[in-house]
Amino acid sequence: MDRTKENSSLKTVGIVKVVVLAAVFLIYMFPFYMLLLNAFKYKRDIIKMPLSWGGKNGFTLNNFAEAFQKMNFMTVFLNSVIITGVSCLLIILFSSMCAYIFVRKDWKINKFLFLLMLFSMVVPFQVVMIPLISIYGGTFGILNHRATLIFMHVGFSMSMSVFMFHGFIRGGVPIALEEAAGIDGAGPLRIFFQIVFPLLKPTIATLVILHALALWNDYLLPSLILTDKALYTIPIATKLFQGAYSNDMDLLMAALVMAIIPAIILYLALQKYIIAGVVAGAVK
Amino acid sequence: MNRIKSSITNNIGIFLVFAGPAVLAFLAVIIIPFIYGIYLTFTSWDGISRNKPFVGMANYVSVIKDGPFWSSLGLTVFYVIIAVLTVNAVAFALALLVSGKIKGSNFFRAGFFTPNLIGGIILGYIWQFIFKNILVSIGDTLNIAFLQKSWLSSSALAFAALIVVTIWQYSGYMMLIYIAGLTGVSEDVREAALIDGCTGSQVTRYIIIPLMRSSFTICIFLSITRCFMVYDLNLALTEGGPFGSTTMAAMYVYQKAFSSKQYGVGQTEAIILFLITAVIAVTQTMISKSKEVEA
Repeated sequence: MDRTKENSSLKTVGIVKVVVLAAVFLIYMFPFYMLLLNAFKYKRDIIKMPLSWGGKNGFTLNNFAEAFQKMNFMTVFLNSVIITGVSCLLIILFSSMCAYIFVRKDWKINKFLFLLMLFSMVVPFQVVMIPLISIYGGTFGILNHRATLIFMHVGFSMSMSVFMFHGFIRGGVPIALEEAAGIDGAGPLRIFFQIVFPLLKPTIATLVILHALALWNDYLLPSLILTDKALYTIPIATKLFQGAYSNDMDLLMAALVMAIIPAIILYLALQKYIIAGVVAGAVK
Repeated sequence: MNRIKSSITNNIGIFLVFAGPAVLAFLAVIIIPFIYGIYLTFTSWDGISRNKPFVGMANYVSVIKDGPFWSSLGLTVFYVIIAVLTVNAVAFALALLVSGKIKGSNFFRAGFFTPNLIGGIILGYIWQFIFKNILVSIGDTLNIAFLQKSWLSSSALAFAALIVVTIWQYSGYMMLIYIAGLTGVSEDVREAALIDGCTGSQVTRYIIIPLMRSSFTICIFLSITRCFMVYDLNLALTEGGPFGSTTMAAMYVYQKAFSSKQYGVGQTEAIILFLITAVIAVTQTMISKSKEVEA
């Protein structure tokens, strides 16, 4: 077969592929486009002519101003930031320290706890949901605190994080460095934070991305813990919108746009890392 | 003797400092509630009163008699089968299309993954708007009968809507895992097969798919476990309706406990749901692991 013919047939295959991909891509983006289009329209136009570019009455920014106020966006946004941020910080800190000691110390209790964590990864949230509320709501009465939710996020994220740090430390952190530092008189905490922790960066990045995405979007657990309006996170606040103002399509549209914007901005900035992190998290 | 003693206290100190916080949070949030949850299945608790009367096996008996629970479980199994098959078929097809030398391949990847950045609740509302307003409006404009009435108002179509959104939500994520698997299949093997006279689709069927079994194992495991526990999307898109016809098991359990205040029964059903999921997920992983091929 001659080269030019083969090349041109490869080219057509390439073009067909791109056309198919572009079509599928447009279908995938369609809901976002429709959302964005209608978020700037007046309520009557959204209901009567949701497909048209602009309504009879033109575009408006009013939906955003009103939704911003009604869902208390600043408070809700800050709640989400605090809960996601502090949880991620504590998850990384506690799970890396725990994994380190699990790898380096051959104690029976370490082996037992590590196995227990591995098994617990198959337990879905729904199985512990009711007892969790019974213990922390009924017995201790400490629902409606951000700290309670953060503590639970940390607890639920431990197994997977310890597992990933465990694999990385065992395979990729040489013990010789630590022994040298030990001879020079450094204590275990100093050895960990000055020598080991900086080497964990790739796993830290992966875990921060995975947990930040999961916690930012989490609905069920926060909705059970935080029933006080002042503590709502973004997903809970949006839910309230649908229920209480279900006739206010215009406000709902604007609220949904505002709810997805932070994640989209972060994605545009960190796309490469997010995709790499998600793949690393799934395959390990 | 003293030295041994001091090294033991030293070790306990090290354990508490390093593993203490992690282990405490882990035990307090997962292990203790898990064990306590098993105890709860033998009690009847209304969610308010301080005492939880011991009722023996009564909850298990009422679960067996709870027809709606079993039908929601059956619906969930049906949903999982369809969703897992379609999500993975679409994801694998997208991975095949996107990988290779294609213009804008990174752009497409990033686009297909976008739904995964957004939580199920918000996705559900966006799609509720699409099904209730946009598609109906398209149906009216173009006179397409099956779009003119909202899908969410009929049980069968509301179920189909859940499947559509599930595909849209997860296929980009699974696609990334398949792409990682595809890049692991060496170019040499593919070229060798092409030189030996295989057609493109034969290469996919006999070379690529067998070498990518581990990606399939991961993706199918992930999609089974996620779809079995579907809640957010179910709540936001159909709210279990119309008339409770799309209430999946996780939502049923939630309602049993928090709306009907039958916490003991709800917990028993949660554990049954978990056991079924675990058995299916583990069996699937074992079967597909045994079929994996080393390149």
